[in-house]
Amino acid sequence: MTSNANPALVRLEAVHFAYDERPILRGLDLTIAKGEVVAVMGGSGSGKTTLLGLIGGRLLPQSGAVMVDGKNVPTLKRAELYRLRAKLGMLFQFGALFTDLSVFDNIAFPYREQTNLPEPMIRDLVLMKLEAVGLRGAAELMPAQLSGGMARRVALARAVALDPMLMLYDEPFTGLDPISTGIVARLIRRLNDAFGLTSLVVTHDLDSSLKIADRVVVISEGTVYRDLTPEEVRETDDAFVRQFADGLPDGPVPFHYPAPPFIDQLVGRHEQAS
Amino acid sequence: MNRLLEPLADLGHVVLSALARLGLVGRFFLGILAVLWLPIRRFSLLVREVYFSGFRSLLIVTVSGLFVGMVLAVQGYEVLQRFGSAESLGVLVALSLVRELGPVVTALLFAGRAGSATTAEIGLMQATDQIAAMDMMAVNPMARIIAPRFLAAVVSVPILACLFISAGIFGSYLVGVQLIGIDEGAFWSQMQASVDFRLDVINGLIKAVVFGVAIGLISVFEGYYAPPTAEGVSSATTRTVVVSSLAVLMLDFVLTVWMFRGLS
Repeated sequence: MTSNANPALVRLEAVHFAYDERPILRGLDLTIAKGEVVAVMGGSGSGKTTLLGLIGGRLLPQSGAVMVDGKNVPTLKRAELYRLRAKLGMLFQFGALFTDLSVFDNIAFPYREQTNLPEPMIRDLVLMKLEAVGLRGAAELMPAQLSGGMARRVALARAVALDPMLMLYDEPFTGLDPISTGIVARLIRRLNDAFGLTSLVVTHDLDSSLKIADRVVVISEGTVYRDLTPEEVRETDDAFVRQFADGLPDGPVPFHYPAPPFIDQLVGRHEQAS
Repeated sequence: MNRLLEPLADLGHVVLSALARLGLVGRFFLGILAVLWLPIRRFSLLVREVYFSGFRSLLIVTVSGLFVGMVLAVQGYEVLQRFGSAESLGVLVALSLVRELGPVVTALLFAGRAGSATTAEIGLMQATDQIAAMDMMAVNPMARIIAPRFLAAVVSVPILACLFISAGIFGSYLVGVQLIGIDEGAFWSQMQASVDFRLDVINGLIKAVVFGVAIGLISVFEGYYAPPTAEGVSSATTRTVVVSSLAVLMLDFVLTVWMFRGLS
């Protein structure tokens, strides 16, 4: 726990969240210190992405506090929330590039909207960000012309455009080939260290997380199940974490979606019950 | 549940969800009005949308206007000459176009041509997280995406209606005067004498503005709340055209009664 010396940038305390009647988070506590790269893992539907929505203020918890940079996000008014979000960067699952703007204009968008910088300076800044993700040559392309990995990198350049203090990544590796996955993973770590960011990576790609994260947080049943370093993940014999690490189809996370006994359904005994 | 009560419960459900949706539309509308200053202050945002929805509708609107005017001339002449007042053709055509057909047909065409496109565009932006991404960049999507598209409809429909009316009058001139041979002087002078600026032209423009508000609101609303799936966006697009068309026709009735009641 090298990071405990640093002050906490994000702190979730006893957060409860439910979509309609379906509880997702049940009293989740999580602290992220400045400068850390934290990977949040968990099965699909475990509330990983919900976590990002809560931190970004797009979702409101039923109870509990979501402290970001000393402010309780759910209580912020719209203007205060936008002031906070200007200091957050978020990479969406499939990049969410503006499809009517070129790569260059996508990255220029935050500068043009949030600053009064003159256009020549914006141009230089955009080219710098593109150079950092290795896509300066693609500046004039439209998003539809990019491969999945390139689109993710452009979105990454756009997300860090305004030098945020906190980066949120929603499944940054999903749907990428191994090379692109490696590139994006390295970029996440490199940007974090070069710009002094703090990063929260929601993913189920364990290999990549182990390579870049300082801590791996496993979420299950709406709370933090384990909070481990990458070394501890490799060595643990915890059945749940092992199932995740080794990609076993069945284990504590069942293969089958909850259902009545098959034999009952075959002979029609459950038809009326549902 | 009691089988007899089921239809009643269904009815109640339909009414309640319709009311809830209406409330949502109302709140959405107020939300747009609150940020309407942005596309006015940043004029380029508005110009871009007027180009895409208004300018790109020019061809369909003027050609339709021309043909509607030509048909009106043929039909109008057929009836008027029975009463020996074929020279009043100009009046008949101009009043029908300025008061009713211009604003209404333009609005229907605009809903099909531009409203549907707006819904599909916003629906897809929503489905691909572009709106969420913008919101997370601390740029208000209501001000940046929704308000300019809404305002573009409000601006475009009256202008397009004017062009539709002009094209229609020109079309009726071609058929009535050039083809059928009505006296040109009578055609224009009777039209000039009978069309009142305040009563006819201004009222027609008011209608067009109201239709623009309705279509603009419906198309951005349906896109914004479209389910983020292929079927969701496609049915939202259809709904924009259906609901806009019905809204235009119903509003037209209400406005007509309000404007022209007790005139004669």
